Amino acid sequence: MLAKRVIPCLDIDAGRVVKGVRFEELRDAGDPVEVARRYDQQGADELVFLDITASADERPTLFRTVEAVAREIYIPLTVGGGVRTCADVRALLSAGADKVSINTAAVLNPDFVSEAAERYGVQCIVVAIDAKRVKPRKKDAEEPPRWHVYTHGGRKSAGIDAIEWARTMVEKGAGELLVTSMDRDGTKVGYDLELLRAISDTVPVPVVASGGVGTLEHLYQGINEGGADAVLAASIFHNGVYTVEQAKQYLAERGVRVRL
Amino acid sequence: METIGVIDYGMGNLHSLAKSLERVAGNQRIFISYDTTALLECDRLVLPGVGGVRACMDELRRLELDQMVIEAARKRPLLGVCLGMQVLLEHSDENGGVNTLGLIPGSVVRFPDPPPETEPGLRHERLKVPHMGWNQVRQSRAHPIWAGVPDNSWFYFVHSYYAAPQNPQHTLGTAEYVQTFAAAVVRDNIVGFQFHPEKSHDVGLRLLANFANWNGDGG
Repeated sequence: MLAKRVIPCLDIDAGRVVKGVRFEELRDAGDPVEVARRYDQQGADELVFLDITASADERPTLFRTVEAVAREIYIPLTVGGGVRTCADVRALLSAGADKVSINTAAVLNPDFVSEAAERYGVQCIVVAIDAKRVKPRKKDAEEPPRWHVYTHGGRKSAGIDAIEWARTMVEKGAGELLVTSMDRDGTKVGYDLELLRAISDTVPVPVVASGGVGTLEHLYQGINEGGADAVLAASIFHNGVYTVEQAKQYLAERGVRVRL
Repeated sequence: METIGVIDYGMGNLHSLAKSLERVAGNQRIFISYDTTALLECDRLVLPGVGGVRACMDELRRLELDQMVIEAARKRPLLGVCLGMQVLLEHSDENGGVNTLGLIPGSVVRFPDPPPETEPGLRHERLKVPHMGWNQVRQSRAHPIWAGVPDNSWFYFVHSYYAAPQNPQHTLGTAEYVQTFAAAVVRDNIVGFQFHPEKSHDVGLRLLANFANWNGDGG
């Protein structure tokens, strides 16, 4: 049977791995090839690179990074950040990415997702959904939770319901959804499990949980309670708190099927 | 010097497959091309492929690569990967139904859609389509292509359709998802992998190395 995946996420800025909390206090965390190789050796099932380079002029740097990593690492690589056109998708796939992650551009033009999926196949189109809880209108009202989609690295609300958006994106051809809770991102208090469950129950494609992991228990919750097919984390791996191998061992002990 | 030809028909991502072959092919040359004459001179051929089957077959026909593959498959070792494996069969249900190369009897069918949620307790067991991620492959029989690859090794899959060879002898390996399906097929000098060996870590590279050294026997 299919295994649940554990995916370290690397933020890339101008060809270097960086780490920080919500884009603040970015610190250099090494060479992408070396970091990728370390995670690969620890048993990572995939890698996600998120390009946060501010300047568009630096784009060729990203392609070089992807090429260098793809030459060395023989596990799937997803690259996101600034993917706006089919030419961007093609360039990243040619550089060696296996999937591209689309966020802001999908909100600006949902048909871009169908165009890219048609041209390159649904298997390589990941739609990243950055979702933030909508505050209930009345404090005492028993409203079911709702989330809105955010773009531009979580800075702008698109005013779209996240669950509805997930459904639309799969109809347009997304082969996988990367769901990040903006409320939880960087907090280390665990995934937004209600958000994950709501999306996972709505769409037929795999869901990758993201945002908020501080412990290995959180990874288990994402799979068991959130219904995620894969769990993504950044800081617990980067800071050396846990290795990917420890995370997978832990999940296996809890009865989750993983590739060991 | 021997040459492994990688068939380039503009569908998706053959770069990682070519790079992996370069890594394991020793002193063989990796030749990426859509030139039918040049490809026919290669010692081994690899047919990659991702995306939809209709566009794939349209491109193969437009470039006259379909006949070239059929011709080459008479004697040379041929490897199909993912969609490149699926088109080795006779027909695919994808895109409303498309006739494919017909080198292996049988068809390509879709995984059933996930059933609606019924029992809350079983919710996390829900199966998604595409079948995406790492799954174990059980080797249906001994074959030179499996040399040094432990039975039930993990491989990386991404697909919504799967091959159903008519003749059980043509199934080289199986995996479990919703049901048992052919993860690897074989017929004489032709092999096909539904999974991506180029994304399957050391065991994947080992399979590619085995293909690079395969003379086409043992099927």
